[in-house]
Amino acid sequence: MLFGMYSLVSASFFVVVDAADVAMTEAAVGAGVSTILMLSTLAATGYTVRKRPPRRELLAIVVAIAVGGALLYGTLDMPRFGAPNAPLHQHPVAHHYIQVSPKETGIPNMVTPLLASYRGYDTFGEVLVVFTAGIGVLALIGRRPRENGELAPEDGFVDHTATRHRVLRVVAKTLIPPILLYAWYIQAHGDYGPGGGFQAGVVLAAGMMLYLLIFGVDRTEKLVRPRTLECLIALGVLVYGGVGLVNMAQGGNFLDYRTLVHDEKHAIHYGILAVELGVGITVAAVMTTILFTFAGHLRNLLGTAYMANLSRRSNQGAQSA
Amino acid sequence: MDLIGLFNYWVFIVLMMSGFYLLLSARNLVKKIIGVNLFQTSVFVFYISTANVTGGAVPIHDEGIEVYSNPLPHVLILTAIVVGVASTALGLSLILRIKAEYGTIEEDEVDAQDVLS
Repeated sequence: MLFGMYSLVSASFFVVVDAADVAMTEAAVGAGVSTILMLSTLAATGYTVRKRPPRRELLAIVVAIAVGGALLYGTLDMPRFGAPNAPLHQHPVAHHYIQVSPKETGIPNMVTPLLASYRGYDTFGEVLVVFTAGIGVLALIGRRPRENGELAPEDGFVDHTATRHRVLRVVAKTLIPPILLYAWYIQAHGDYGPGGGFQAGVVLAAGMMLYLLIFGVDRTEKLVRPRTLECLIALGVLVYGGVGLVNMAQGGNFLDYRTLVHDEKHAIHYGILAVELGVGITVAAVMTTILFTFAGHLRNLLGTAYMANLSRRSNQGAQSA
Repeated sequence: MDLIGLFNYWVFIVLMMSGFYLLLSARNLVKKIIGVNLFQTSVFVFYISTANVTGGAVPIHDEGIEVYSNPLPHVLILTAIVVGVASTALGLSLILRIKAEYGTIEEDEVDAQDVLS
């Protein structure tokens, strides 16, 4: 919980220092997805405090203070906060991104062409990392047949998530459609306002997460099949890489969009939109898959615990009889 | 000397060292991941602080605005946040597997079981 609030505060800080795109991502990821992942892991692992000799803590605090002191000394030579003559802002690259890029690409939001075009290789790598992490989570705790088979209502196992909490259900049903619509809006409008593939993906995942939290994993999996999501994870990367391959087939360099159509400005714009769509698909699918996998793991654990409890009780019943 | 201009960097150092301390001292694996996360977000704060220009605007081009904040750190951190949560999820799922195999997520108890087997 504290973690979610911390993220929300840092998102507000990002707005104050003019980083609208970053703030959007941090709000959706930090306050939404990662907090839920932390909480579900804690729910699955439990928590116990053990007494141990404090030697290691003392050593750690000495190391931390020493490194912190060295860093503190280092900051004395740093340019002051907001100083316009800092080397970062004087570098020709910064000048190019701020002054030339809106003219060159015709896209007002400087973050978008920088992300998808000037640093297109880098972003492709990042998408691949997200893709790999998604595959990794699936491989580690991914879907597997339930050990006990389906828990049927006649076992006395009733999933209350979908039926209880009328207020939450009503609020969620009014909130989720605008959230999903907003995700599509920032996906499509990322070149003019703050937004883009990464933001749209995480906002979409946050909307799905709300549904998952209120209505339970079984109903959500009926709504969006995990199989479809797994295909979408790969599709996004294929769209991104595919644009690059089309560029190469047309005689340009990988991810050099100028070859796409005759007008250079339009070509760059189309290329960026296609690439952002690929990013959005992969990020949304990976985040939703991760949430599904964690929720499914937790459900299986709860189901197993419930069955163990049930058989113990019936054993006790048999003994006392 | 204008020390107030360094305040953001100091906040970043305090956050980073809190994460570092947690990473070094905690034996509970979930706490370690929280430490890594704290470390990571402190770097985000640092990068975004360096991007700011006094009197600058959000880097979206508009008529009549001359000074913008630097968009480059924004791009780097934007992607880093998403990659960060993906890798956090990978770490947490590793912990869930360790819990399923060893029945504990305390580092030293896992080590002890490894020595015994």
